[in-house]
Amino acid sequence: MTQPLCIGFIPLVDAAALIVAVDKRFTEAEGLDVTLVREVSWSNVRDKLNIGLFDAAHLLAPVAIASSLGLGHIRVPIVAPFNLGLNGNAITVSPALYAAIMAEIDGDRFDPMVTALALARVVAARRKAGADPLTFGMTFPFSTHNYQLRFWMAAGGVDPDEDVRLVVLPPPFMADSIANGHVDAFCVGAPWNSIAVDRGAGHILHFVSDILVRAAEKVLAVRQNWSEKNPQVVAALIRAASRASEFIEQPQNRAEAAHILAQPGRIGVDADVIKRTLDGRLKISPDGTMRESNRYLLVGREEAGRPDPMQAAWLYAQMVRWGQASISPEAIQIARSVFRPDLYDAALGRESEPAGTFGGIGAFAGPPFDAEDIAGHLKAFAIGRWKP
Amino acid sequence: MVAEPSPKIVIVDESPIRAAILEEGLREAGFTGVTHISEMHNLLARIYALDPDVILIDLENPSRDVLEQMFQVSRAVRRPVAMFVDQSDAASIQASVDAGVSAYIVDGLKKERIKPILDLCVSRFNAFAKLQDELDRTKSALEDRKVIDRAKGILMKLKGLTEDEAYVLLRSTAMREKKKIGEIAQSILTASELLK
Repeated sequence: MTQPLCIGFIPLVDAAALIVAVDKRFTEAEGLDVTLVREVSWSNVRDKLNIGLFDAAHLLAPVAIASSLGLGHIRVPIVAPFNLGLNGNAITVSPALYAAIMAEIDGDRFDPMVTALALARVVAARRKAGADPLTFGMTFPFSTHNYQLRFWMAAGGVDPDEDVRLVVLPPPFMADSIANGHVDAFCVGAPWNSIAVDRGAGHILHFVSDILVRAAEKVLAVRQNWSEKNPQVVAALIRAASRASEFIEQPQNRAEAAHILAQPGRIGVDADVIKRTLDGRLKISPDGTMRESNRYLLVGREEAGRPDPMQAAWLYAQMVRWGQASISPEAIQIARSVFRPDLYDAALGRESEPAGTFGGIGAFAGPPFDAEDIAGHLKAFAIGRWKP
Repeated sequence: MVAEPSPKIVIVDESPIRAAILEEGLREAGFTGVTHISEMHNLLARIYALDPDVILIDLENPSRDVLEQMFQVSRAVRRPVAMFVDQSDAASIQASVDAGVSAYIVDGLKKERIKPILDLCVSRFNAFAKLQDELDRTKSALEDRKVIDRAKGILMKLKGLTEDEAYVLLRSTAMREKKKIGEIAQSILTASELLK
């Protein structure tokens, strides 16, 4: 008996575990007959998952939480039984903004506090000169990219709502938009930063792992009521995705994984660019400067696949900080329970929780995140849109 | 009864034909303030300049995510946008997503005024999809006819058949192999290319 499933995804490298699970037939081995549907917008993925055209989806972690809370759209409870990736985004700036920031740098250029303070000086100088505010592109209002950009610049004293413009841009349009001056910078997932660098249109200023050591990025999302009706199917999906994430993390499999992901119906960009992302070895400047990090994108290592409710709480805290959500104990509980380590553990036959050896969010600014006291935690940040 | 002014409607669609079909339908239904945007560059700025009550966008358009930004309370937005804010709208969402269109409605517009716009939009999008489908089928039928004609020519020349006999041979082969005549004709063309 095979179970037909329709799963939506956006062409991004952090869909790797899902795509490889299907194309390496790990899902088939679990008795699932999966049709992957490539989508053009997060709104489409959300809507098609919500109304049941998709059984599951590659989804921005904050969208799963927003949908469960009914923010910006009808409320449809979503659960995330598998985390498709940690980190993986980067901030890319135009050559002109790069030069302006570097001229103001006082310290290590890879230290996000140093660059955020330099950005604040650039912003102040532009204001004084009567120039237009800088424009930053990100992918969706409820996105890690939005929160990561805001967290970074606010730490340096730049108010993301007052001092600059933040605009939503579809990822495939990012490179063009920075090349034609429509935006001065953007935060996006792979491969779009590399594509802008390869075109000579941008410099990668930061990997988001500079800003947050460990940040939930995309999840495998299903409707809560569907997961309750189909527990065996959900477990099979978790096992297939987990097997794929382990496959991808083996360095000797990376070329094959990159080849699978590069196919036109999947991500559809050069396999070499994808492999650089999986290896965490990126060209960060058009002159060929390379940067390597073992934290760029985590697909399966360091328990990356296990959904962590603390991560959901952090994302919810950002929604509160920037005025997207009001704070309440019920909402915190709903947000946390979107991430389902219990389903993950049960599917993989794990008896007990792993010891928390891989640590928390690890943000470069502010006190360590306290999921038990979000209001108290947010008071430590000067810039924000919420009222205690 | 004093008629309320017609709401301002913006259609965001890169397909000029579909947009025209929708625009025509809306005008016929008495919605006069309809503008079509086909250029996605600086989309939000264009929309703010038009200040519409309703925005309709096709689901193949990646810029749909750009519109989602209008839900956010931001200084850049003069009027907040809401879409289907209560659960009873789930059926509307289903119908519009199935048809391949999405609607964004500026807060304050009454629900009963939105419904006819959305219904019209869904039916016109479905009509367009049907039209597209028919067009594709006609195209492939025409293509088939060309291929069959060429295959008949090859059979007539190689086997000394009349045109009717060549066609009968194609048809009986197709029936025996459980394939379309066009497919058999195509394989004759391919074979003759290879044997040239």
